[in-house]
Amino acid sequence: MPLLTLTTFLPLAGALFILMIRAQDEAAILNIRRVALITTVATFLVSIGIWTGFDPKNPGFQLTEAAGWSGSFFAYRMGVDGISILFVLLTTFLMPFCILASWESVQVRVKEYMIAFLVLETLMIGVFCATDLVLFYVFFEGGLIPMFLIIGIWGGQRRVYASYKFFLYTLAGSVLMMLAIMAMYWQSGTTDITELVNHPFPATMQWWLWFAFFASFAVKMPMWPVHTWLPDAHVEAPTAGSVLLAAILLKMGGYGFLRFSLPMFPLASVDLAPFIFTLSVVAIVYTSLVALVQEDMKKLIAYSSVAHMGFVTMGIFTLNTQGLQGAVFQMFSHGLVSGALFLCVGVVYDRLHTREIAAYGGLVNRMPAYATVFMVMTMANVGLPGTSGFIGEFLTLSAAFQVNTWVAAFAALGVILSAAYALWLFRRVVWGSLTKANLKAMMDLSPREIGILAPLVVLVILFGVYPMPVLDATAASLEALLRSVHAAIDAAGQTASAGPLPLIR
Amino acid sequence: MTALPDFALAGPEILLAVGALLLLLLGAYGGEKRAGFVSGLSALLLIIAAVAVIVGRDGTTFDGAFVVDGFGRFLKVLVLIGSALAVVMTQRFAVAEKFFHFELPVLIVLATVGMLLMISAGDLIAVYLGLELQSLALYVVASFHRDDGRSTEAGLKYFVLGALSSGMLLYGASLIYGFTGHVDFAGIATAAASGQASLGLTFGIVFVAAGIAFKVSAVPFHMWTPDVYEGAPTPVTAFFAAAPKIAAMALFVRVVMEALEPVKAEWQQIVAFMSLASMILGAFAAIGQRNIKRLMAYSSIGHMGYALVGLAAGSEAGVYGILIYLATYLAMTAGAFAVILSMRRDGVMTEDIDSLAGLSRTNPMVAYLLGIIMFSLAGIPPFAGFFGKYFVFAAAINSGLYWLAVIGILSSVVGAYYYLRIVKIMFLDEPKGAFEPMGGEMKAVLGISGLFVAAFALVLGPLGDAALAAARTLF
Repeated sequence: MPLLTLTTFLPLAGALFILMIRAQDEAAILNIRRVALITTVATFLVSIGIWTGFDPKNPGFQLTEAAGWSGSFFAYRMGVDGISILFVLLTTFLMPFCILASWESVQVRVKEYMIAFLVLETLMIGVFCATDLVLFYVFFEGGLIPMFLIIGIWGGQRRVYASYKFFLYTLAGSVLMMLAIMAMYWQSGTTDITELVNHPFPATMQWWLWFAFFASFAVKMPMWPVHTWLPDAHVEAPTAGSVLLAAILLKMGGYGFLRFSLPMFPLASVDLAPFIFTLSVVAIVYTSLVALVQEDMKKLIAYSSVAHMGFVTMGIFTLNTQGLQGAVFQMFSHGLVSGALFLCVGVVYDRLHTREIAAYGGLVNRMPAYATVFMVMTMANVGLPGTSGFIGEFLTLSAAFQVNTWVAAFAALGVILSAAYALWLFRRVVWGSLTKANLKAMMDLSPREIGILAPLVVLVILFGVYPMPVLDATAASLEALLRSVHAAIDAAGQTASAGPLPLIR
Repeated sequence: MTALPDFALAGPEILLAVGALLLLLLGAYGGEKRAGFVSGLSALLLIIAAVAVIVGRDGTTFDGAFVVDGFGRFLKVLVLIGSALAVVMTQRFAVAEKFFHFELPVLIVLATVGMLLMISAGDLIAVYLGLELQSLALYVVASFHRDDGRSTEAGLKYFVLGALSSGMLLYGASLIYGFTGHVDFAGIATAAASGQASLGLTFGIVFVAAGIAFKVSAVPFHMWTPDVYEGAPTPVTAFFAAAPKIAAMALFVRVVMEALEPVKAEWQQIVAFMSLASMILGAFAAIGQRNIKRLMAYSSIGHMGYALVGLAAGSEAGVYGILIYLATYLAMTAGAFAVILSMRRDGVMTEDIDSLAGLSRTNPMVAYLLGIIMFSLAGIPPFAGFFGKYFVFAAAINSGLYWLAVIGILSSVVGAYYYLRIVKIMFLDEPKGAFEPMGGEMKAVLGISGLFVAAFALVLGPLGDAALAAARTLF
């Protein structure tokens, strides 16, 4: 059974079904919501089939599918390996929560809203399943369209500006990658990722290709200094849009580095690792400092996302096992944590319709359950041991330490700063006495909201104390990736000008 | 050569030419009340001709002046579809605006005959004949709404500049003939291959390129485009935006790839410059437009720039890219103009982009389809426009034209801005009131082209194979 195709296009089928619902009354809108929820849950259930059919010992692509209906220049090729399967599951897992989170907060143009989210889900899953470069690009870029509409239609005050900025920024980064894909096709004669990883591109060409891919992934990631679209997009997007943006869309950048930059351009990756380290460390320290002074909750979390993605890029380019595993884990964990944090913001925003930190304070008095959830997520954001945030940060930091002590030292500084901004945010919003009049009527989490947040809390703590399922799933693929990278470097001999290679085996 | 030429090869052209004359008689004797009938028959005639092109065979006739090959047949089908759509979309609008006469569809058919001749041209004389037959019909069509000052102005402007460009083309053709001793493409190619391109030949190339560039509205010969697009009656603009562009591009490809292939270095830089300048100007100049027809004019300048990227590559992959690009361009243009032609509110046509405001709520289906077309024009996957861009830029990369590819693709990001603005106006802005309901034929055109654009990835296989086979015939 073509499990990956089914998972990918099931949401699209749901979207087409919703498109057929013509009525405008309350019952129809409820039906639209239900169809969206059922579709996303069904997609998640199907994606569990991917997990059970997946063999973690096998480093290559599994459950592969291929079809040649798209002409002679590229083909429809799908497959998952240890790197991508986590993101596929993360996507399908989070989508029902996104639909539920919008159950009451979205009241206008519900039909279009659900269609946009379901189409977006198809495109996001497709990004992680595609094993053909052009197909990957189609999914990767196609995601801009629904996100543009989500931010633009259901966003906040400056939604138009934010949606344009999001769209044009990412597009400008991506088009160069498209040219690189073409150059790779003419050089190697294929766009099949499984063949491209074994194709030795000439060293100078690797540099150009690496930068073209970098332009795209750095914007998507986002890395400093091309991160400025993210705070705007996050602040203006509706809650569920922010969740997906932070949890899935940002991961496409890190996924791209792992899937393309490292295995296909190993020589350039080694040479340019110091460049990435510099940007990562600047991102970690600088955006953490910027996060400290934010007055808008969503903006603060957005900046903290940039900082956390700095750990990911740093981990990836250490080119050792801990670094890569830590990076993948950090992305996975950040998907849960940042998603949950945006949901937390959404909870109070639905009640008070402001994201300004100063408008809150003392929420613990009225909302103890909410305070608990928010606290767990804050701790996970800080990277407290026992939460999933710790594993990723610890692994990437220890990997960086083996490569460059200074990088590790500055990045560790970022951990302290993250504690500062996250705890301070928590203190200002939740702790303290309840003095503001309009907060006195705040209701605690509704059963629906508990249903959304509880699974995330459980997972964050579960993976904090028992990260092995995630690490095991990724191990074989990442090992194989590292082996091929180091083999390519060895084969190239002295051409790689980087210093001592961070070999750990 | 005393034997009769093989008329059967030119069957579709003869069919259209004779058919146009009969329709003219029918209209002249039947009077104005037959206009709708003539229009319907014209569309039918164009579709029959398209079928005839598809089932026809390859070959050369009229002493090499008329060539039927896979390349030509592919583009002829596109041109015939474009013309047929234009005829279909004309009637309702023209009747409402009170300029519908039976000559209009007949002139479109005659212009189409010219386009088919251009595509099939095997020597410079046939090029000129086809081009002039097309152009003269188009001049008249542009000023067809003769009570409207703008339309008359558009026709006159088009005529004066078009005549100038035809003159340049003719002068260039005479120079090429003078310095190579041949008018047929094969002979020119042989003569040019024998040695260095002489100065005279280079001059000839420049003039011919300028003349054709005017017809495809490539920068710096684009100035007429926005004025004529804006001034001409909207269905005529819809016609101008698609079929003649495809025919002129086909002519450009054939002249440079068949006759001037040996002196590639001479024309490649000219084409690359025109391509680059068109992409950039198309992207930047469209930003400030408020009139949707002017916007489409700059958009088409930009799109011709992208198609020329494939020509600048000068390779089989480049021609393949052009064919795919023109096919997608035709669908996108037809769909967009189906909406533009239906922008009627309280009995008055509007061309203001802002009047699309809130279309997603007043008429969601139209907004979805136009939105898809706009994203496609911007080159966003998975829609058709992306694949068109992909293949022309891939050809440029393959030919080592890196700077052209990089600047071109970045200009497409600028271009995305104004397509996004239309999406923004439709989806994000508050409604300003609904348009009058679309006519059935408009809905059909929009629906079919919208679906084609949206699901292009699914038809890329067969279409791409056909285009690949067509591109091969030139090499």
